[in-house]
Amino acid sequence: MILVWLITILFAGGIGAWLAGKSNPELPRIIALATILLDLFIVILMLLAPGVLGLESANNAVLGQPGEWLVLSSYDWIPRFGVSFIFGVDGLGLLLVALTVFLGLMSLGSAWHEITDQPGFFYFNLLWTLAGVIGVFTALDLFLFFFFWEVMLIPMYFIIAIWGHENKEYAAMKFFIFTQVSGLMMLVCILLLVFFHYQDAGELSFSYFELLNTDIPSEFAFWVMLGFFLAFATKLPSVPIHNWLPDAHSQAPTPGSVILAGVLLKTGAYGLIRFTIPLFPEASQAFAPTAMLLGVISILYTAKVAFAQNDLKRLIAYTSISHMGFVMLGVYAWTAQAVQGAVMTMLAHGFSAAALFMLAGGLQHRIHTRQMSEMGGLWGAAPKMGFMALYFTVAAVGMPGLGNFIGEFLVLLGSFRISIAAAAFAAIGMVVAAVYSLIVIQKVFHGENKHNLVVKDLTTVEMICFGLMMIGLLWMGLYPQSMLDMSEPTLRSLGVLFFD
Amino acid sequence: MYSNLIIDLMQIIMLTAGSVVVMVTAAFKRDHAVVCGLTVFSLFAALLTFVFVEPLLPMQATQLLLIDEYSLFFSNLVIVGAIAVALLAYPYFEKHAIQNEEFYILLMTATLGGVVLACSNHFVSFLLGVEMLGISLYAMIAYPIHAPTSAKFPLEAGIKYLILSALTGAVTLFGIALVYAYLGTLAFDEIPDALAAAGDLGAVFIIGVLMIVFGAGFKLSLVPFHMWTPDVYEGAPVPVTAYLATVSKAAMLAVTMRLILASNALDFTPIVFILTLMAAASMILGNLLAVMQENVKRLFAYSSIAHLGYLMIVVIASAGISNAFAVEAMSFYMLGYFLMSIAGFAVISAISDCEQEMDSLEDFRGMFWRNSWLSTVLITVLLSLAGIPLTAGFIGKFYILSVGVEDGLWFLMSMLIVGSAIGLYYYLRLIYIMLQKPEQGTAADRAANSLPVGINVVMAAMTLGIIYLGIYPAPMIATIQSLASAF
Repeated sequence: MILVWLITILFAGGIGAWLAGKSNPELPRIIALATILLDLFIVILMLLAPGVLGLESANNAVLGQPGEWLVLSSYDWIPRFGVSFIFGVDGLGLLLVALTVFLGLMSLGSAWHEITDQPGFFYFNLLWTLAGVIGVFTALDLFLFFFFWEVMLIPMYFIIAIWGHENKEYAAMKFFIFTQVSGLMMLVCILLLVFFHYQDAGELSFSYFELLNTDIPSEFAFWVMLGFFLAFATKLPSVPIHNWLPDAHSQAPTPGSVILAGVLLKTGAYGLIRFTIPLFPEASQAFAPTAMLLGVISILYTAKVAFAQNDLKRLIAYTSISHMGFVMLGVYAWTAQAVQGAVMTMLAHGFSAAALFMLAGGLQHRIHTRQMSEMGGLWGAAPKMGFMALYFTVAAVGMPGLGNFIGEFLVLLGSFRISIAAAAFAAIGMVVAAVYSLIVIQKVFHGENKHNLVVKDLTTVEMICFGLMMIGLLWMGLYPQSMLDMSEPTLRSLGVLFFD
Repeated sequence: MYSNLIIDLMQIIMLTAGSVVVMVTAAFKRDHAVVCGLTVFSLFAALLTFVFVEPLLPMQATQLLLIDEYSLFFSNLVIVGAIAVALLAYPYFEKHAIQNEEFYILLMTATLGGVVLACSNHFVSFLLGVEMLGISLYAMIAYPIHAPTSAKFPLEAGIKYLILSALTGAVTLFGIALVYAYLGTLAFDEIPDALAAAGDLGAVFIIGVLMIVFGAGFKLSLVPFHMWTPDVYEGAPVPVTAYLATVSKAAMLAVTMRLILASNALDFTPIVFILTLMAAASMILGNLLAVMQENVKRLFAYSSIAHLGYLMIVVIASAGISNAFAVEAMSFYMLGYFLMSIAGFAVISAISDCEQEMDSLEDFRGMFWRNSWLSTVLITVLLSLAGIPLTAGFIGKFYILSVGVEDGLWFLMSMLIVGSAIGLYYYLRLIYIMLQKPEQGTAADRAANSLPVGINVVMAAMTLGIIYLGIYPAPMIATIQSLASAF
């Protein structure tokens, strides 16, 4: 029930913000803030003091399912198809839900001063996107999962299409079509899986737990797995279906980019870990070398393309794809360290990419350009911004002490065991990361202020947001065990290879 | 015993009586409001008599009509569509220079034809229904031709529809004649037995059935019988387009499904093959051609071609899956499509009247910021047509995919995915146009601030229906499952 509340609060808050916006333009952002803070409070309670909410800290599974489920609830929805509302969160899910709500707060911070046009409708879309994403992270019925998968798309489409930049129509359309088509293929494969389960067990059910041990005829197993893989690889994104991301991220308004990069990409990775591999173990194992190869190609190719960009947001977008390549590599290596590394990368990248997009967006809001050739020497004009940029760039590079390093290092360690070549090439990615990251600092903040730009430094709201993210990354870098401990039981129950 | 028969046929009798009453009233007192009100009243009366009919189901009323839950469902759907169209037509024809009362008489007779089709179990009632529906529609489409100024081109649309309908009607008749000549029976139920008794005469039967399918394909606007659709949709007055898009198709689909299931026509490979080709071509061509349209009515026309293509998957799959599941899927999808189409045309009707129709894409630019109620309705309709969850269109698409997966129709399913992908583009484009800021576009629209009550009621009911079916379809699914179980 608590998960349904999380989602419902966001839905209700969104509608409230839209209605309030019609009368008073100041009200929507306050309502949105209250809503997200309420959700954040509930999530923090779940993390630190689950007893307060009436939850045991381990295995409160109503359905008696394997794994340590913090919350699990199930209600009938469409009995004719065996579809029910099954919401559940375990360690991994809770980490991602916490990330979602926290980044929601960050995106609210970036929208605070930036969104002045139709704020009511904007916060409606923002909150509904967050609700959709939480639904994705907690749904355990495949129909419900697909439902939320699509629902998180529509408000994001509106955000890009209405408040985006010069090429917003193209970017929003591409974003929607890529995800929707891959989603449709996943729907066909979900139906196939359910159909095979029905032939096998005689019972029609969309429940994740029931479908886990379905016997699929071998000639179909690969294709059904592929449908799932395509949907999640499009969202991740992985080369060669990454094409929508640079446009969507650079054309979206800053809060939209924060949610896109910080949260929406993680749904793809989550789908791979939770659904694709556990539902189709043999097919995934056969496919793993290809997937790892795609991961490595993502890391290196998009790093090179990032280096060539002049548009600051586009560059950061490509670096996001590069980091997600690490996630793909880690997930398909399927050893404990690699998948834990993927989880850490997801969390750390969420923070660092969100922060970088906030910086780039804030910069665009101030000087109305994203082209790095028109920037330069901004450190003098806005030293706080420069410091923050340096901090998060260094985080993205993978500096030890900050979260990204833990993630990437674990991925490399874990995948070395499976494929030395893949790990070796991926390690080159860390070198390239330094190149594309430092060039941003060089072009934007160092050098001469040739264009005599006057840039207002960071506002209080922005400083608070960046400060929180700094602390978060530092925590992840110095004490990742707190998070790794949460995800470990999940990964064990999903069948990740633990060599202990 | 006869009293049971009369109760059974209550809806048809009410509609007939209603048409006569409306006609007589119009003859004595030419008052638009009175006639429209009387029409809506009699349609409601016909609709509500279903509670009397229900306990008697299923019942064969004369050799021609079978009233069971399936036909009751579609009859009710047809009547609801007629009510909605009547409500849309009232404000549309307010300023009409010539008399507008006859429109409602034609609406009643067309609805009568639709209901007859929904209850039809015999080739004779099939023909009767098609002709009643068709002839009324000819006049409805061409209704404004004598007005000094007409918004679109009703004469062209009417003539196109008339000639093509007559042509395919003749082909259908020939097909029915062939079937009768070799089987000796006109009743749907007796066809399988007659086939078995007639021995090896499959070829003539196949050709006959195909000719009938071509006739049905015309009414259902399937490729290659779709050419009339965009022109007639655009040329006809908006309420008539709404009627064409929904009632005409629902009635025809109901009787076609009954014919195909009762006659086991899908046992014959050539028929399945041709239907597959028609379905695939409709899905692809319908969506492709919609991409280039600048006119919203034409866009809806091509979109309806594509949607009927999706529906054909269910018809084709009924060979390999249980009849009940196929009928269930088809009924739900038709219901969802019905709601979406009426709501969509209601939006266009809200900003149009008989002197000027606002049906170009440009007229919708920035509508979201000027009239959020209309835009919300249209956005819901477009998302439902695209098959996005939270809407009835998604559940319908889910049904079609389930049917396809169960029967293993991989070719058709891939065509569906390709078609849906293309469809996304033009639906999103219209949404985007509505979302653009007002200063970027024209400011052309009528006083969309205070809409007539009837249109608001129609839009609200349809939109609520779409969202309700999208979020909580279980009760409706239970109803449809019970009506499908008769097959």
